[in-house]
Amino acid sequence: MNALHTAAMPDQPRARTAWHTATIVEKLAETPHAVRLTLAAPTWPGSEPGTHLDVRLTAPDGYQASRSYSVASSTPAGNVVLAIDELPDGEVSPFLVQDARPGDQLEIHGPLGSYFTWLPGRSDRPVQLIAGGSGVVPLYAIALAHDAAGDPAHLQLLYSVRTPAEVFFADELAALTGPTFGLDLVYTREAPHDWPDPIGRLTRETLAARTIPASQRPHIYVCGSTGFVETITPWLVDLGHSATDVLTERFGGL
Amino acid sequence: MSFTTRGFSGRRRQPETRLPPGQTLVEKWPVLSAGPTPVVDTADWELTIQDETGTDHRWNWDELIALGVEDITVDIHCVTHWSKLGMAWRGVSLDKLFEHVGSRHQYVMAHSHGGYTTNLPLEDLLGGKAWIAIEAEGRPLHPEHGGPARLLVPHLYFWKSAKWIRGLTMMPGNDPGFWERYGYHIHGDPWQEQRYR
Ligand SMILES: Cc1cc2nc3c(=O)[nH]c(=O)nc-3n(C[C@H](O)[C@H](O)[C@H](O)COP(=O)(O)OP(=O)(O)OC[C@H]3O[C@@H](n4cnc5c(N)ncnc54)[C@H](O)[C@@H]3O)c2cc1C
Repeated sequence: MNALHTAAMPDQPRARTAWHTATIVEKLAETPHAVRLTLAAPTWPGSEPGTHLDVRLTAPDGYQASRSYSVASSTPAGNVVLAIDELPDGEVSPFLVQDARPGDQLEIHGPLGSYFTWLPGRSDRPVQLIAGGSGVVPLYAIALAHDAAGDPAHLQLLYSVRTPAEVFFADELAALTGPTFGLDLVYTREAPHDWPDPIGRLTRETLAARTIPASQRPHIYVCGSTGFVETITPWLVDLGHSATDVLTERFGGL
Repeated sequence: MSFTTRGFSGRRRQPETRLPPGQTLVEKWPVLSAGPTPVVDTADWELTIQDETGTDHRWNWDELIALGVEDITVDIHCVTHWSKLGMAWRGVSLDKLFEHVGSRHQYVMAHSHGGYTTNLPLEDLLGGKAWIAIEAEGRPLHPEHGGPARLLVPHLYFWKSAKWIRGLTMMPGNDPGFWERYGYHIHGDPWQEQRYR
């Protein structure tokens, strides 16, 4: 095992993850199929941008169901914001989108997945974020942290989404754009009427034209359905990016 | 159970007896990994077991197959809460590989293409409990799922079944691998719900 090339390792051990009881304090429509839930979680330790948590629901007879959700934003001992897209016929997401309401309690476990984080001040290399649909949630968290820290590294988000109505955090992302944060939307089904670019799925050519080139050695974060991530990441490697510079979060599905 | 979520009754799709706590049955096969999918050709493939003397025991693809490929039917359990039951696999038992390795060390670090690692006690790899898997559900293992060859340790959470396996290194102690350093449990028994430390 000489010359073993090692994936990025954490610098220090992370805080222990634990279960926390959380209360829904606000529920807003995020898109026609998704909600933004704000949870009050008094024991939550806070989380690094990009991480996720497990939500656990318990029925009166003790039956439980758990699913992972990325943290859009959170504060220690304060609020945790999630954005949840409804999957038809799913078990947990239809409950959270349709049935859950302020005052309801659920359990959360985390923070989890600290391999998929970006922290201000760690690197001056540019950052390319690539999101498909609800996969923007952890990348929004990164953009938010970048802005809050006033980090000078250049951040660019390429966001593939079906229609303008289905953009998550549309106003917040628009407000973050500026000299060090660029937002680039690709619409796959329907675009605003004066939209200059073609409508349709991301292609290799679009990806090459609209992302930071390999010569600038960006850190790359790709998040979305498994199919989206599996489509995009081989193209990135073909475009000359080192596989170790590409971090992925697969939400599941096809 | 004192804690409940108002209005939640669940949509139980399955009899739960074969599912460890907190798991949901899936029919399709989800993919979980931290980076792009490496593509490895069996022509260049090699597996190495390194013992404490620094000796490398090596097998190329044909040598691996020649050790004898078994049919394996097992349930798999991923830490992200899905389980897939009764999966048909084919692979080579680690017992066959370790017949050729003399080591006093009781722990193993599994190394993958892409740089990922995971740690395992040797006793979880021997005794017909672990394989180098090369086929799943009647087909060569797809790169997304760790092909051409992955570790298969079905009695532990599936991150322990290292994809794109390239080598095992014997260790005197149970040092954490990549996922374990990021907070996953050092052992990962799904029946004891050892997800995170
Ligand atoms: C790290 C991570 C972070 C994530 N972050 C987010 C996030 O921020 N926002 C978000 O919206 N999602 C996120 N997800 C996805 C989320 O965890 C859930 O997978 C998603 O909400 C669907 O859960 P569900 O219970 O509604 O659907 P499930 O019940 O799990 O079903 C999913 C789909 O599979 C089908 N299905 C399931 N079981 C069967 C069966 N037995 N037979 C037939 N069909 C079946 C259902 O019809 C449904 O369409 C994330 C996932 C991961 C792994």
